[in-house]
Amino acid sequence: MASLGELERAIMDVLWDTGQALSANDLRDRLALQSSVTATRKELATTTVLTVLSRLENKGFVSRDRGFRPHQYRAVTSRAEHTAELMHEVLGSAPDREAALARFIGNVSPQEQQTLRQLLDGIPRQHA
Amino acid sequence: MLHAAVVLALLTLALAWPVPILLARAQWTARAPGTALALWQSIALAGGLSMIGALLTYGLIPFGTNLARGLAALARATIDQRLPPRAGVEHVFALCCAVILGTHLLLNLIATVIRSERQRRRHLTLVELLSQPYPEHAGTRVIDHAAPVAYCLPGATRSITVLSAGMLDLLAPGELRAVIAHEKAHLRQQHHTVLLAFKSWHSALPWFPIANRAETAVALLVEMLADDQARRVVDDGTLARAIVLVGTAGEPGTATDALGPLDAPPHPADMVTPRVRRLTGGQPPLPLPARAAVLTAATALLAVPTALLLLL
Repeated sequence: MASLGELERAIMDVLWDTGQALSANDLRDRLALQSSVTATRKELATTTVLTVLSRLENKGFVSRDRGFRPHQYRAVTSRAEHTAELMHEVLGSAPDREAALARFIGNVSPQEQQTLRQLLDGIPRQHA
Repeated sequence: MLHAAVVLALLTLALAWPVPILLARAQWTARAPGTALALWQSIALAGGLSMIGALLTYGLIPFGTNLARGLAALARATIDQRLPPRAGVEHVFALCCAVILGTHLLLNLIATVIRSERQRRRHLTLVELLSQPYPEHAGTRVIDHAAPVAYCLPGATRSITVLSAGMLDLLAPGELRAVIAHEKAHLRQQHHTVLLAFKSWHSALPWFPIANRAETAVALLVEMLADDQARRVVDDGTLARAIVLVGTAGEPGTATDALGPLDAPPHPADMVTPRVRRLTGGQPPLPLPARAAVLTAATALLAVPTALLLLL
């Protein structure tokens, strides 16, 4: 059985890719279709999909349209926007960033880039 | 008590100004980053201890001959609502300052930890939804973005290393192994706790020029420590190439530009060049006796204010 985290990601992937509102049954069917390709996931129960959907709704990733029966779910924001938000945080432009994200290389000034380029010429090229 | 207060005040001044300036300028730190990091921590702790200690011992002079008696007399005076006859405004003022400063530092640390933990959790949720596991390395995930980025997210139960698609594109396999080893070293050595402590110290004392310098120096030392772990996996040249390639990739007009205006101020100090120089320059590590001497100094630095407070 896939973990909750993996299920959340699979459901968000479907919602992001279709870009439209889906019911829990639609989602289950589409996920089942995917799993027949990969043959890794067992048949999902609709209740499991509903559980994951309400978790995603609580986290603010999914909105629910209660005007229909069954309820329709859609992604609140596109994948691209979420990625942009994430990278904004990582690249240090979010002003209130507290979390010490230790990046491999932080922001480099143009002057330092110049110095680094000169240093690169002195490094012997090795093949690992 | 007066002697102790004077010595603590002098120690505070020394640790607030000349000592950190000298250490931030020192060249040997790149040859012994772990030792230098221990010294920075000792300076910060001893500095805070002496500052509060100096105010406390001075304020308690009219109350008793040592810290314990003074505090007991202060408690009694508070309950009886009667100050001893020798206690003047200056003593009460010093005591208030000690309490305010101590509370301020402590509350700031707590607030920083809580805020960062909340941001880290939200970030982790987003990363897990947006990234794919990287099959060759456990605990490593790939996010689909063009800017070459690698970072780690420490967690209480599980920590992850995040690579961007741009990073996989940019680097050769050996260089990528170096990057991953570097990030895993941050996680294993719990560097985020040290960074968080210095960040909190800096935000608690923004008018304190040294706090900024200390935070920058510590951030660089932590990177060097992680580099040293990566050197166990790949040769120095490969790691240096990886650092330079990533450092020069973010030219204006390329990947990072796609994110819109990045108004983050660049680091005032060069944070990458020193890392490359120590890999290419063939600097030997600091000899053992020198490192032992620095560690002894770091211990003594902490022992002096502690002894002054407890033994006098």
